Amino acid sequence: MFATAIIVFREVLEAAIIVGILAAATRSIPGSKRWLVAGLLAGLIGSGFVAAFTDVIGEFASGIGQELFNAIVLSLAVLMLAWHNIWMSSHGAALAASAKSLGKDISNGSIGCSALLVVVGLAVLREGSETVLFLYGIAASESSDQSSMLLGGLVGLLAGVAVGYTIFAGLLRIPMRWFFATTGVLVLLLAAGMASQTAHYLIQADLLPSLAAPLWDSSSFLPENGLPGMLLHSLIGYDSRPAGMQLVFYVTALIVIVTGMKWVGGQHRPSRVAN
Amino acid sequence: MNRLLIITFLVPVSAFSAGLLVISLLFPHVALAADNDFELVIRNHKFQPSEITVPSGQKFKIRIENQDDTPEEFESHELNREKVIAANGTAILYIGPLDAGRYPFFGEFNKETAQGVIIAQ
Repeated sequence: MFATAIIVFREVLEAAIIVGILAAATRSIPGSKRWLVAGLLAGLIGSGFVAAFTDVIGEFASGIGQELFNAIVLSLAVLMLAWHNIWMSSHGAALAASAKSLGKDISNGSIGCSALLVVVGLAVLREGSETVLFLYGIAASESSDQSSMLLGGLVGLLAGVAVGYTIFAGLLRIPMRWFFATTGVLVLLLAAGMASQTAHYLIQADLLPSLAAPLWDSSSFLPENGLPGMLLHSLIGYDSRPAGMQLVFYVTALIVIVTGMKWVGGQHRPSRVAN
Repeated sequence: MNRLLIITFLVPVSAFSAGLLVISLLFPHVALAADNDFELVIRNHKFQPSEITVPSGQKFKIRIENQDDTPEEFESHELNREKVIAANGTAILYIGPLDAGRYPFFGEFNKETAQGVIIAQ
């Protein structure tokens, strides 16, 4: 039961952390709760489909379909997160100032919001499908401790959701003037971490060279299967044995998004004052 | 306002795809020699063989065939690899080049029985 709980916890944790951060980041955007629930539901339904078609996906592109699928899902999520952060760099000030004076921005709010909630759906889809497969394996087997294993799965699920909720609740306690800067940095790091994971899958599919593998090995003092390592993996994309190419993707994503934020933020601030 | 949306969307999209393109052009896909292909079978939640010896310093390919009726996940922290193999399905995994040494792997869904090791020498 304990082993089952840990496996499910690991899968749920990553999605829960992403959902927790995004739920906090979009809280002042009108209609965000509806989008959040829609993203969660779409992700859950999708993960059932992905699990059911694992064999089809896996055998696509001569056996590297799973890596391609993960790389595509992750890079879509990176793009959506990048778009959100760049969009926020020109609207964040207005959102922070007052919800009443938003005016024209309200209609655009749902656009910035929908991008993030696509990410919620994608995160749940990716992590959820593995959980579904794992639990299906238990349910299909005829082992005697089946019910205790399924109970373990439930415990793992609840523990993962609890961590996600803790992050959400913790972020809401941040004073408003720091709030958007904090969630902005968190979303930025999420995006960079996902870019690094994209590279990891493309290397595993032999579509990208690893450059150096591993670039370093910090598994002895911060293993990825320990709780701190797991949390850091989900939050900032920590990898105890990364390939050089992963770092290239990580840094590139950081630079591109920050440059985009500065560029759009700088360009639109004067016109906002003029209005 | 629409222009802003288009710009903010196009910048990361084009940067990202340009980056991917440049990288894939700089490093053309290297064909693998056939003798660097290995086979692994999962049966009754066990890996067969449970030990594979591979040449160090070379990229290699493992074809994993899952003969069980339940899915399995090949996982190795040492190899930094993780891949689900569908019930009665097969999967291809690219690994390396590795330094000489022992690299344990396991089936995450059946960790008690599904254990193995890759030895690079």
